[in-house]
Amino acid sequence: MGMTTAQKIFAAHLVDEPFAGTKVLGIDVVMCHEITTPIAIADLMARGKDRVFDTTKIKAVIDHVTPSKDSKTATQAKMLRDWARRHEIKDFFDIGANGVCHAIFPEKGFIRPGNTVIMGDSHTCTHGAFGAFAAGVGTTDLEVGILKGVCAFREPKTIRINLNGTLPKGVYAKDAILRVISELTVNGATDRVIEFGGPIVDAMTMESRMTLCNMAIEAGGTSGICAPDRVTVDYLWPFISDSFASKEAAVAEYAKWASDADAEYDKVIDLDLSNLTPLCTFGYKPDQVKSIEEMAGTPVDQVYVGSCTNGRIEDLRVAAQILKGKKIAPTVRGILSPATPQIYKEAVAEGLIQTFMDAGFCVTNPTCGACLGMSNGVLAEGEVCASTTNRNFMGRMGKGGMVHLLSPATAAASAIEGKLADPRKYL
Amino acid sequence: MKKFGGPALFLDRSDINTDEIIPAKYLTEITKEDLKPYLLEDLKLPGFDPKSDKTFGAGAVVTRANFGCGSSREHAPWVFEVNGIHVVIAESFARIFRQNMFNCGMAAIELAPEQIDRLFTFADAADATIEVDVANTTLTIKGGGREESMQFEISPFDKALVLAGGWVDYADSKY
Repeated sequence: MGMTTAQKIFAAHLVDEPFAGTKVLGIDVVMCHEITTPIAIADLMARGKDRVFDTTKIKAVIDHVTPSKDSKTATQAKMLRDWARRHEIKDFFDIGANGVCHAIFPEKGFIRPGNTVIMGDSHTCTHGAFGAFAAGVGTTDLEVGILKGVCAFREPKTIRINLNGTLPKGVYAKDAILRVISELTVNGATDRVIEFGGPIVDAMTMESRMTLCNMAIEAGGTSGICAPDRVTVDYLWPFISDSFASKEAAVAEYAKWASDADAEYDKVIDLDLSNLTPLCTFGYKPDQVKSIEEMAGTPVDQVYVGSCTNGRIEDLRVAAQILKGKKIAPTVRGILSPATPQIYKEAVAEGLIQTFMDAGFCVTNPTCGACLGMSNGVLAEGEVCASTTNRNFMGRMGKGGMVHLLSPATAAASAIEGKLADPRKYL
Repeated sequence: MKKFGGPALFLDRSDINTDEIIPAKYLTEITKEDLKPYLLEDLKLPGFDPKSDKTFGAGAVVTRANFGCGSSREHAPWVFEVNGIHVVIAESFARIFRQNMFNCGMAAIELAPEQIDRLFTFADAADATIEVDVANTTLTIKGGGREESMQFEISPFDKALVLAGGWVDYADSKY
């Protein structure tokens, strides 16, 4: 019997199986941010275990609240900063160089096919786009990861999702993953890896694959995974070119991490998305999804483009294409947060930032800010936000606020009209 | 050794998420104890008052499916822990929340929907109390002059974590 990508990664990283069904894996990349890591650091210090297992395998960023907004967040940032200096963690990203964790770490080439990756952040599943097993964990797992370079998991079963057909104009990876979550429901993939494949995924950029994998957790998934291929190698090439004679050689090497043709899945779901329309959430759970036609006309107070889901350059390009030469509605506050400094610079160079600003958007520094209502962009009671983020829980972006999840294109169209709007008429 | 159980707090809804358990704005706190006043602050349920003595006096939570979905924040188990709630009983949990509970030496107990329904028959009893014996994987609920016991299952690893008091010491001694 063949193996899935996740099974292959588990087999290659197995350190111990203390009990049947529990696998302790060696971890290739432990990622840290300033919200969930400082308590881990404080606890390690209190236990007299202020050590790190490997300074080169730990990556850290200040991204959720940056620049700090008050004394408490300044303290969190300082704890992470002091710790990174104390242990000489080279890959630490602070103000001027910092960006949203799940955008900046892939951009730096830190994630490779076949890797095991953990972080104290639920959207760590994003990195599965590279053919890695990447899982969000809590602070205690993070702490053990930092100290020992291991993490325990139940071996996950895999749900295979085949995205067949071709995405119609105006329909993007965000719409595809909303469709998948509505199919699986919010806990349909608990203790499962969601493996994305099929012609639509094969044709997707790495950015789009990250958007897909980013929201695997919204169906309860331990991780999302895409098979590594030529697209993966093209993205990683600046970081791996010394290790391979050619891109073809890299593609061949990484292909070993793809699921075998006879791999056993928990479930296989085929979705033909050729007739998919732009989607939007309507309730407080990510599986509550309707077509934009059904939702069009719902007034919005704020439009947010950014986050680890959709703050990448291709997201900014598609939104700017719609906003070009137009003004957002006077009743709407438009906020753009490019996800990393690199994306910000590219967006400046391409004139995208100019387009957003001319349309009436406020442009912030790279940060998780508005997505979880922690810093800039918090909603007031009763306000509504059309958002490219990943979570629409009640009060997520501010107590009493409502969030509609949608693609950057749908966000841009909604900003223009001041209400949820179909992007296809602007393309 | 933690005490597993006490007055029962019934939360009759599925998909109660981490934002409802502890809102993100409190993630700026850097000690567990500072989270204490904010337990379930944003949870809206008919008849539920997050600021009541019943909430803060509870020792066990009984709820429905997919409890703890959303964020990886361990602040969610911690806000229970610092309020003396070391056990949550549900039809099912989100994976990260469930593991966070065991990693902290607490218990996330999954029961079949029919068993959860049985527990909810005690919801109207003002004196409903649950005692959990992790070593023997049994729980007993008492209230309104009635009493009922049931067996549960947890994985050997999770049981070992609870009995060891958590994952850090377990891992540091072993790996």
